[in-house]
Amino acid sequence: MKSLWARVALIPVLVWAVATLSFFLLRAVPGGPFDRERAAASREVEAALKARYHWDEPLWRQYLRYLGNLLQGDLGPSLKYRNHSVNDLLVQTVPVSLSLGAMAFGVAMGLGIPLGTLAALGRHRWADQAAGLLTLVGVCIPVFVLGPFLILVLGLWLEWLPVALWGHWKNAVLPTLTLGLYFAARISRWMREGLQEVLKSPHVQAARAKGLSESRVILRHAVPVALLPVVSYTGPMLADLLTGSFVVENVFQIPGTGAFFINSFFSRDYTMMMGMVLFYSVLLQGLNLVSDLLLRWLDPRIRP
Amino acid sequence: MLAFALIVSLVGGSGCAPAERADLVLHNGPEPETIDPQILTGQADGRIASALFEGLTRFNPTNGSAMPGLASRWAISADGRTYTFVLRPGVCWSTGEPITADEVVWSWRRAVTPATAADYASQFFCVRNGRALVNGELRDPSLLGAEAVDAQTIRVHLENPTPFFLELVASRVFFPIPRHAVARWGDQWIRADPLPCSGPYQLERWRVNDRFRLRRNPRYWDAAQVTAERIDILSGDNPSTALNLFLKGEVDLISDRKIIPGELGPELAQRPEFHRFDYLGQDFIRFNTTRKPFHDARVRRAVAMALDRSRITTRITRLGERPSAAVTPAGTGGYQPPSGVSWDPAAARALLAEAGYPGGRGFPTVEYTFNVGSRLYEQTGVEIQSMLREHLGLRVELRPLEWKTYLAEMSALNYDFIRGSWVGDYDDPMTFLDCFLSDSGNNRTGWKDARYDRLLQRAAAEGDPDRRRGILREAERLLVEEAVPVTGLYSHVGLYAADPRKVGGIWPNRMDEHPFFSMRRIRP
Repeated sequence: MKSLWARVALIPVLVWAVATLSFFLLRAVPGGPFDRERAAASREVEAALKARYHWDEPLWRQYLRYLGNLLQGDLGPSLKYRNHSVNDLLVQTVPVSLSLGAMAFGVAMGLGIPLGTLAALGRHRWADQAAGLLTLVGVCIPVFVLGPFLILVLGLWLEWLPVALWGHWKNAVLPTLTLGLYFAARISRWMREGLQEVLKSPHVQAARAKGLSESRVILRHAVPVALLPVVSYTGPMLADLLTGSFVVENVFQIPGTGAFFINSFFSRDYTMMMGMVLFYSVLLQGLNLVSDLLLRWLDPRIRP
Repeated sequence: MLAFALIVSLVGGSGCAPAERADLVLHNGPEPETIDPQILTGQADGRIASALFEGLTRFNPTNGSAMPGLASRWAISADGRTYTFVLRPGVCWSTGEPITADEVVWSWRRAVTPATAADYASQFFCVRNGRALVNGELRDPSLLGAEAVDAQTIRVHLENPTPFFLELVASRVFFPIPRHAVARWGDQWIRADPLPCSGPYQLERWRVNDRFRLRRNPRYWDAAQVTAERIDILSGDNPSTALNLFLKGEVDLISDRKIIPGELGPELAQRPEFHRFDYLGQDFIRFNTTRKPFHDARVRRAVAMALDRSRITTRITRLGERPSAAVTPAGTGGYQPPSGVSWDPAAARALLAEAGYPGGRGFPTVEYTFNVGSRLYEQTGVEIQSMLREHLGLRVELRPLEWKTYLAEMSALNYDFIRGSWVGDYDDPMTFLDCFLSDSGNNRTGWKDARYDRLLQRAAAEGDPDRRRGILREAERLLVEEAVPVTGLYSHVGLYAADPRKVGGIWPNRMDEHPFFSMRRIRP
């Protein structure tokens, strides 16, 4: 438990380090937020604009100002979207990305674990084949191909589902599948291999010897152990889900954070970029903690 | 079941637009940076602002010229320097407060105050003292040549007769803004809820990267003409997605060429839902006149002569663009630009030899810089590279740069020659030509020529339209035939998508202005 608290205590340090690094790295990139195709109306206008964002101050003071605001939870104004603060943009878009991520996570787990289990048991040829096909399709086809393919077939040809946008549950089906299938494929493979291994292990044989029913053996004694590698993978998987969602959000025009992650760099929206980096580093750190907690709960060997 | 309930609650919980379809759905391209009419610069931004606000004049949807807006009439003095506008009786904000002449003048004074940081404040340079106020030489905004004669009358004094002034007044930076909202919300008045609007629509909701939902403004003076009750304006920057939405009928209008997939443009343009038109924009090449070898006008002219521009328009852009070595697109404000240097490889070689590089010998390897993001720019770079090798024996390297780096390098004159383009703000050659004034921030070539500056000054002061065009032509000839700090490639072609069986009240026009008051959905 001690190491756990240490990791929680480390989060502010992480935030400071990420903020500092990204602050100075971003300033080292050529071009800035106020380089525009159309020159400002006059030098005075340009100066007024820079003054508004404290751009006229020395860098160290801008840095201290940023940290000071950060302490109060204020990520500053967006330098590109002039009617929005970074907090405002995150509040609007993060729930969308998180819902998409959570739904894709549901697909990955809900499809991957049962398919992997059925395939490992080897009693149903169709399950084995389905799992094999899913693995092949999911792992081999990148989301930026799978997404447009699903749009073409299910959206444009069959007209079953909307091709883009967000709001109705129907809008969520294609992006969730696009994002979730890849992870479902990986999970089903791991589950299958893990379970096949566990089924041969002495403790499962002991359970069988005790005369427990086969379903009880599998559900109570084998599956929880086979789940361990899957659970330890959830932390990194959630990270991949969230970053993978940028492409999916773009393809389906979903109003999540994805657009900002890429565009805020290209538009040199420093504050937005830093807000995103900070938010995601804290989120990922938190998710890793959760997956560790889950592991402790599932695996008696690492329980304190 | 549980998972399904979770999904439904999550999608619902992430607070999105209602499933109900609006009467008209437009795809507007990237999320606007701001919709504040005094601050905005982008086209996507401007479209939203012009749905919500209106100027004393507004654009005629058929041809982009000025017609009465908040002002019902105006008078122009004989010398063309004084305009007197009369507001319509009873014009008011969507929240009920009257729009007064005082408020119009106050808005304009705010726009020219440097602290407002309005990039388009330069549109006020033609108004008396406008330039001095924007440049900070004068500090008192009440010195701006605009006054409220009474509650309904605004008199404007111009520095020069300005034939395009009525179109300027229809542009966003001249829109009056609600003084009471600014008093309460300051710089962020545009986030006021409810937002006082003067245009055909009012803002119902604004969801970043998703959509603006607008509702008809019943207090708009011309509300009888506005037939769509609700409009959704979608924001997104993936052209394929925009096209999918359009093909599926979920979007009625794609209003921006940039979100129609570039590589499909020529094929799509054949379909009846896609509308092509001559557009007020020009692609060109800037030369860095402060650096060897392009500090020599002969070298610049030689390069300009060795470019067969039709190769770019027939092989790459393919939308029927007009090849042009000038800077102003033909027909801008009824003006015909000079032809610019003509394609003549033999003369180009002779000129290059005269400059000390016979057959390209001794010529340093030069870099052609362009911004990444469109395959067209890259392909154009390759074409230029091969033409210069073929005709002049020059070695050109391509230097693709990401957008902001490209802008910074161009402003810092850290390039040899570079891709450039310009989109006119109003239908007059001045909007292109004044970029290359010695002190213009948009010049970016290092070229300064007092003769050119004087010619533009003379043109500005000239009251006779024909003589004025003649002087502008002389100036442009100096720019694109003699000194050649810049050489044109082609004039832009605009493209928008709208199914004529579903959407009415929009027409192609070179200003690419499609006012919302006339736009309507045709019921089947």
